[in-house]
Amino acid sequence: MHRQEIVRGLLAGDFRSLGRALSLVEEGEGGELLPALGDRLGRHGRFGVTGAPGAGKSSLLSALVGHWRLRGETVGVLAVDPSSPFSGGALLGDRIRMQEHSLDEGVFIRSMASRGAVGGLADAAVEMVDVLEAFGFDRLVVETVGAGQAEIDVMEACDLVLVVLQPGAGDGIQAMKAGLLEIADLLVLNKADLEGSTRLENEVREMLELREAGIGRAPEVCLVSAKTGRGIPELAEEIDACFKALGEDGVLGKRREQRRKEAIKRMARSSFEQKLEALMVENGEKLKDFPLREGARWVLEKLFSSPSHGKNREGDGRT
Amino acid sequence: MKGKDRKIRVLVAKPGLDGHDRGAKIVAATLRDHGMEVIYTGLHQTPEQIARTALQEDVDVVGLSIHSGSHMTLFPMIYKELEKLGLGDVLLIAGGIIPQEDRAKLEASGFGRIFGPGTPTREIATYIENEIQKKRQ
Repeated sequence: MHRQEIVRGLLAGDFRSLGRALSLVEEGEGGELLPALGDRLGRHGRFGVTGAPGAGKSSLLSALVGHWRLRGETVGVLAVDPSSPFSGGALLGDRIRMQEHSLDEGVFIRSMASRGAVGGLADAAVEMVDVLEAFGFDRLVVETVGAGQAEIDVMEACDLVLVVLQPGAGDGIQAMKAGLLEIADLLVLNKADLEGSTRLENEVREMLELREAGIGRAPEVCLVSAKTGRGIPELAEEIDACFKALGEDGVLGKRREQRRKEAIKRMARSSFEQKLEALMVENGEKLKDFPLREGARWVLEKLFSSPSHGKNREGDGRT
Repeated sequence: MKGKDRKIRVLVAKPGLDGHDRGAKIVAATLRDHGMEVIYTGLHQTPEQIARTALQEDVDVVGLSIHSGSHMTLFPMIYKELEKLGLGDVLLIAGGIIPQEDRAKLEASGFGRIFGPGTPTREIATYIENEIQKKRQ
């Protein structure tokens, strides 16, 4: 399939082209494709679902998807799982909990491996969601494991973030440590059918009271069970209410602005890092005898004094 | 699509009604350890589900694992579904309890290799790597 065919197919609603387009963008080869999507973007909210492994993100998402489908809305999902830092491979299993939707043409699920790229993950993920939106899905969702900066970056690229917690995974202090609560617009306490969920709710609410006043909006807390379906309609309503409130407060606009800045920073950083890498390879031998800080100073001077170093792979795809 | 260094994406799927997923999981883990991105979808997948998942995930390879004896019914259906969605070029391989004569028939009708019990896992990974390299040239 040629690229032009892919773009044409994508805009015409062909699923094969959509699958292909997502691969192109994931590989950083979306240069020709992304500009063609421009006027189809920015109409729908994007939201992120994150939380510890096993908290029930995929199951929860599957239940929400079911709810939205009943209302006639279509859904595009990007499910990110970590790559192995050793082999570079990945086992992507988020679909297992969502396969009930696999025959529904109104639902498109794509798995993505994080590939350990610093910064690159968030950019690729954002562009993949662009492709999903351009194809025409009403709801756009990104799911990641709530660990690591790259995954947090992905969440920050969303309009609204759901953090999923579960009972029995340590007390409220654990959740506080994780740093996830700061990015949550909605705290979803999943597995409400299990023992300990009331206790978790009490702990979380108590913790939220301890937050410094005036730092952002306090997240809403929703108790749900993806397994039994309890609380799912209420959660869906809460999501829409939250989205509306964020829009009215001007928070969404600010976030999108901030997001643009972050994306530019990430792209600059990744291009810088490639140059740094190349320079290190070139001068590794020489730097052996330098004291660490002096070595770093030498490298920095070298990097900023001459404009071209190593491979020039700037702006991977995005223009 | 992009060149040879693109990660190989594999869908490992279990069609039919048997619940023996140990083999599928071993193969999935092996391929992951060989640097591939493996999508695993769990048990009891219909031919349509498998094809639609392959479409959405844009995989290079679909690997089927089956122990129920219904491969001569299900496999051709899966092949047909894939073709219907424009995925005829995907490398389709399988493993499980599949008699020799059936293997030959399947391999003659659009399937890649059919692996039997006792196959060294590395052999499967190497086979995939070689085939995909050929396709991408």
